Amino acid sequence: MRAMVYRGPYKVRVEEKDIPRIEHPNDAIVRVTHAAICGSDLHLYHGMMPDTRVGTTFGHEFIGVVHEVGPSVQNLKVGDRVMVPFNVYCGSCYFCARGLYSNCHNVNPNATAVGGIYGYSHTCGGYDGGQAEYVRVPFADVGPSIIPDWMEEEDALMLTDALATGYFGAQLGDIVEGDTVAVFGAGPVGLYAAKSAWLMGAGRVIVIDHLDYRLEKARTFAHAETLNFNEYNDIVVEMKKTTDYLGADVAIDAVGAEADGNLTQHITSAKFKLQGGSPVALNWAIDSVRKGGTVSVMGAYGPIFSAVKFGDAMNKGLTLNMNQCPVKRQWPRLFEHVRNGYLKPNDLVTHRIPLEHIAEGYHIFSSKLDDCIKPIIVPDAS
Amino acid sequence: MPYTAQAPNRRESNEELKARIPGWGVDLDPADRPAFPQERFAPEVTGAHWDFPERQPGAETRERSIEHRFVTPVFGTSAPLHGLSGAIRRFAYDKFSEGRAAHWLILIAGDRVDAAGSHLRSFFTLRPDNPVSETGVKAELTHGGFRSRFGRGRADNRHTWIDSILIAGPWVLAGVAAFSIVRRLAKR
Repeated sequence: MRAMVYRGPYKVRVEEKDIPRIEHPNDAIVRVTHAAICGSDLHLYHGMMPDTRVGTTFGHEFIGVVHEVGPSVQNLKVGDRVMVPFNVYCGSCYFCARGLYSNCHNVNPNATAVGGIYGYSHTCGGYDGGQAEYVRVPFADVGPSIIPDWMEEEDALMLTDALATGYFGAQLGDIVEGDTVAVFGAGPVGLYAAKSAWLMGAGRVIVIDHLDYRLEKARTFAHAETLNFNEYNDIVVEMKKTTDYLGADVAIDAVGAEADGNLTQHITSAKFKLQGGSPVALNWAIDSVRKGGTVSVMGAYGPIFSAVKFGDAMNKGLTLNMNQCPVKRQWPRLFEHVRNGYLKPNDLVTHRIPLEHIAEGYHIFSSKLDDCIKPIIVPDAS
Repeated sequence: MPYTAQAPNRRESNEELKARIPGWGVDLDPADRPAFPQERFAPEVTGAHWDFPERQPGAETRERSIEHRFVTPVFGTSAPLHGLSGAIRRFAYDKFSEGRAAHWLILIAGDRVDAAGSHLRSFFTLRPDNPVSETGVKAELTHGGFRSRFGRGRADNRHTWIDSILIAGPWVLAGVAAFSIVRRLAKR
């Protein structure tokens, strides 16, 4: 089969690999019809995630058709169209039993601090991802769901991570009626979080970024007010001014490890890997939110320490809520929202790239060329 | 203003927001939010039909965090440890917990050794690494590299130049080293 393969920082290519085989009785093999590149894939691509091995296939956002099932699989059969959450999880450990699917303890021998994620380094379990023609899906009776007939494939693809994570980020904000919600980052997850904040009753939603074309999308897609942090000397002061010097009630970090806005933070983390991530957006969130407010973090950071302004968070009495999204828990409610037209996930898809052009796809997304917001990979198109 | 007890006035009423934004407030009640509360004991809904999963074969040689009691019953097999990078990584797993910076810094060192070794080995295959095609830099020409980057006030323009050094630097240094070795050998 053809698959994207990591060759080292900033370098990927398509190679011929063996079709994955059943390695556990509850495995399925899925033929991928659509995959996506996630903003967090760029952390791998840039060499930021420890134990990212040459030869690995990335891709934790994918949908496809069941090609083969293991002997203990009961809920899927060959030919089913399935959407697969980015979490690999067993459904039976202490954490899965409590709904913390993203924190599963039975799928990642390499680390206890993170669960299993498809195509996301050995730190996240060493699974190959879906930017390929076929992928191994462990615990086929637990993670995947059959795509409803009425759902468009690109919408299903966005539900495997980006939309679910954005919506989850808004939930982590514990939004109450009339809250002012600040969303740092106008990438796909931030835009979905901004849109979701309204569903939870926000009174104002303000999106902060430095890319004008993404801020335009925040206004049209997410109905949000916008601030370009590059136009202000100090975005924290601007946030105070626009909230009558109170601060936002809720701030959401939808950027994670490669945040811009502070050159030292960015270079020490994204370029020289001396931090687990550049916590510029997180620090801005901590300083922009009001005392007693809530900071939600679903932007991804690496496992090494980061220079977070924890003293401000403590002195302000903040609540910090964070996690990787337990995707499948979100689906029933999100299916309703998509069907009712409250959320239109594939409005953010800007680029559809054949697998053969995966290197260009990564470069376009990483460098924000051509007003790219969300690129998807189409293996069949090659 | 926060200097007095009253909260700032709302800019828009609920009715105005409902008229402007499809679905405003449909998840106002936390009970309608699927991840609320974050921990909710419900093992019956996951689809698992086991108390503990059957074990995947191959755990004997699989590296693991020393914070785990054993290799988890299921694990990825995308790129098993091998060679010098494998020895470095195994050392990080065997000696240091995830709580130690050494664990992660040694793993990153292993990543760089892995990449350098893989590049080197590729030159002895029919498909050597090609830093031009593998970086996708061609997209700069086909997808508006110049117009996307300049005149748009992008904050990342201040450090993008570092990428070129990080990507091309090792190749240039390796080329210079190879050239000087060949020249010295030729002089003998």
